[in-house]
Amino acid sequence: MCLAIPGKVEQITTDGDVRMGRVNFGGVVKKVCLDYVPEVAVGDYTIVHVGFALSKIDEQSALETLDLFRKMGALDEELASEEEVFARAANAPQSACPDGSCELTGKSLRDTSKGGPIE
Amino acid sequence: MAESGSPDFSKWSCPLPLADYPTIVMGHGGGGKLGNELVEHLFLPAFRNPALENLGDAAVFELSSGRLAMSTDSFVVQPLFFPGGSIGALAVNGTVNDLAVSGAEPKFLSASFILEEGFPLAQLAAIVNAMADAAAEAGVRIVTGDTKVVERGHGDGCYINTAGVGVLRQGINVGPNRAQVGDVVLVSGTIGDHGMAIMSVREGLEFESQIRSDCAALNGMIAEVLEAVGPAVHTMRDPTRGGLASTLNEIATAANVGIDIDEAKVPVRSEVQSACELLGLDPVYVANEGKAVFFVAPDSADRALEVLRAHPLGRDAARIGVVTAQHPRMLVARTVMGSNRVIATQIGEQLPRIC
Amino acid sequence: MKYLTEFRNGEVAQRMAREIHQVATRPWKIMEICGGQTHSIIRNGIDQMLPAGIEMIHGPGCPVCVTPLALIDKALAIAAQPGVIFCSFGDMLRVPGTDADLFQIKGRGGDVRVVYSPLDAVELAVRNPDKQVVFFGVGFETTAPANAMSVHLAKRRGLKNFSLLVSHVLVPPAIEAIMSSPENRVQAFLAAGHVCSIMGYWEYPSLADQFEIPIVVTGFEPLDLLDGIRRAVLQLEKGKHHVENAYERIVTYAGNLEAQRLLAEVFEVTDRAWRGIGVIPKSGWRLNDKYREFDAEERFQISGIYTEESPLCRAGDVLRGAIKPAECPAFGKECTPRHPLGATMVSSEGACAAYFNYGRFLSAEELASAGVAHG
Repeated sequence: MCLAIPGKVEQITTDGDVRMGRVNFGGVVKKVCLDYVPEVAVGDYTIVHVGFALSKIDEQSALETLDLFRKMGALDEELASEEEVFARAANAPQSACPDGSCELTGKSLRDTSKGGPIE
Repeated sequence: MAESGSPDFSKWSCPLPLADYPTIVMGHGGGGKLGNELVEHLFLPAFRNPALENLGDAAVFELSSGRLAMSTDSFVVQPLFFPGGSIGALAVNGTVNDLAVSGAEPKFLSASFILEEGFPLAQLAAIVNAMADAAAEAGVRIVTGDTKVVERGHGDGCYINTAGVGVLRQGINVGPNRAQVGDVVLVSGTIGDHGMAIMSVREGLEFESQIRSDCAALNGMIAEVLEAVGPAVHTMRDPTRGGLASTLNEIATAANVGIDIDEAKVPVRSEVQSACELLGLDPVYVANEGKAVFFVAPDSADRALEVLRAHPLGRDAARIGVVTAQHPRMLVARTVMGSNRVIATQIGEQLPRIC
Repeated sequence: MKYLTEFRNGEVAQRMAREIHQVATRPWKIMEICGGQTHSIIRNGIDQMLPAGIEMIHGPGCPVCVTPLALIDKALAIAAQPGVIFCSFGDMLRVPGTDADLFQIKGRGGDVRVVYSPLDAVELAVRNPDKQVVFFGVGFETTAPANAMSVHLAKRRGLKNFSLLVSHVLVPPAIEAIMSSPENRVQAFLAAGHVCSIMGYWEYPSLADQFEIPIVVTGFEPLDLLDGIRRAVLQLEKGKHHVENAYERIVTYAGNLEAQRLLAEVFEVTDRAWRGIGVIPKSGWRLNDKYREFDAEERFQISGIYTEESPLCRAGDVLRGAIKPAECPAFGKECTPRHPLGATMVSSEGACAAYFNYGRFLSAEELASAGVAHG
């Protein structure tokens, strides 16, 4: 129910009483309402649904996620044991505080001293 | 492409001061003095050719002997002018292309207009000039026509019908039912350009982009392919409404064969892809007006592709698939994921979605 | 497109699928909530890439599919009125009411317009002061902020000719209803990533604990879906039931506070009927007293709606995940996209439409010859 695509903010204006932005989606530009993302600035990427920006894209997080995806699915020859598979999986991106008790801010929940498999 | 400009009314001798009322009135469809004015000063100068000049009830011309092909189409596009084209250009190229993909050399066209009372003459002039340009580009002549006017509110400004006649080339026998197992499927260029160009100016959905309609006459390019590989071409089609998917499905059904394509090989301009992502549309269902698909015997596929790519309209031509005995009457695409998905014929127009 | 195309890398997808094959030792049933996720799974053949024992059950996250028939009939009645410009997302145009759809109303002379954003509808109201502009505000929590802003702006600008026909539904009550059903087979959920971009995922831990199910906030691109499935399988294998965020580049625990602020300003929670499922308490939003004047149902007072669902339609069972579309006797026969019996066959993200359009109506042999595994 949520067709939302990433775009880059090229310009920000105030259209009467509303904060609007010109957002570039791979060469296609649309005017988008930025009232819900006051932290978004020109040059940032944001996810847009029906003409509204919903969230800023954490680019660092995106790159780290992709990087880890690329390391998955080692071929059989590379595996030593089932434990290693689970250990690798455990260290792959997951919430360190799955019940969300860690932090209520926008910071990534992967920064934690807790290591190992999720409890 | 033709711009909207005012005709030069100084030479119009009609008692009605048309320069002061530069719009279509009911009388223009009446066949009387007003109608004649339109022909004399608008259509004739634009479409200039001897067959038309006689202004008889029918155009008289000669064609070489052999089999003939005839095609007709009506054009009701809104808006009338869009990035990369106009209803005028579509009206000529659409019929030229239908003849060309049937293996015929397009020769003569008729052009009938249904105009709404109040339609600006300046716009009509621009449309007619666009048709003249397209006809010259395609090497065809518009030799007969008609104009009718409907009351205000009963038309969408301007509707055009064109019918065309062409001469079938010797030794060429193409048709949707002639596609054979093993045939290579080629597409002459990027898909989805026209439909997304229209979308970009459609009220409620508009967006900014460099996307332009691919509206073009394909007869020159097709002639070169037929010249090079002739009888190796079994089927040709121009994927208009309903897009590549509908055309390939039609051919699969007509020939009772299966078609396998590789999604990664289907050429799509990145901007067109982006616009499709924005609106939730699939490029394979989006309209084209200047592209053709070819079903070619495997031995001649490379040569056909080479010829296409050497032509200005075929620079992005690509080999996208093959005809198979498996899954008859079905179009199956290998996705980027390496999985297979069936591409069914769309029911009705593809609508933008939010989900 | 940046931050989109990279998450569709086929080679990486194969690797991730292989990872899932390596960690799954038992059959598991996972439900993806969102219709957009269903669409992506079927279109990309993600379910074909999974180990045979992992079954994806398609959830009711298709707001178009769950909009009550009575409301659609009201929409049709309003759209048919002269002096009304009825605006809608494209998704709703072909959803069947009792005896017509919006497309047909348009054909009969109704002024029905497809728009990309509710702001376009507000714009139309400003430009057409002599008409009543009605926007069909359908959606889950993702779309609600946009619809909220439209009435908020209408109020601020003193527009008298704009109203919203509201059909907003919420995800957590749906999860609860599904898990509470005696026929439930779902063992883990992929939560809807964009819903969570608005609402956060603080609502889910209590559900995960209550029903002892893993819930993984998941995106929509193939790599995101595979990651969500991978994490769910890992938890299931280890007997865990936590909430995880697999869409960290977009979603935070608290969600979008600005959006939540305006949602609270404009809407209030209400019971909602879900087409095919029935009434789920406190599962929707409606305009609150401050904004009631913009409620199209109030403004137009449509009465005498007599709704009738096709007796053959099993959309409700499909939405609850009780059956797959291909298991419905009418699927592909009396019910096709050309002649849909219910909303799940019409909506582009309805499970039935996805199955039909991507060829799942064919027999197992036909599918096998096409190289498509039966889903």
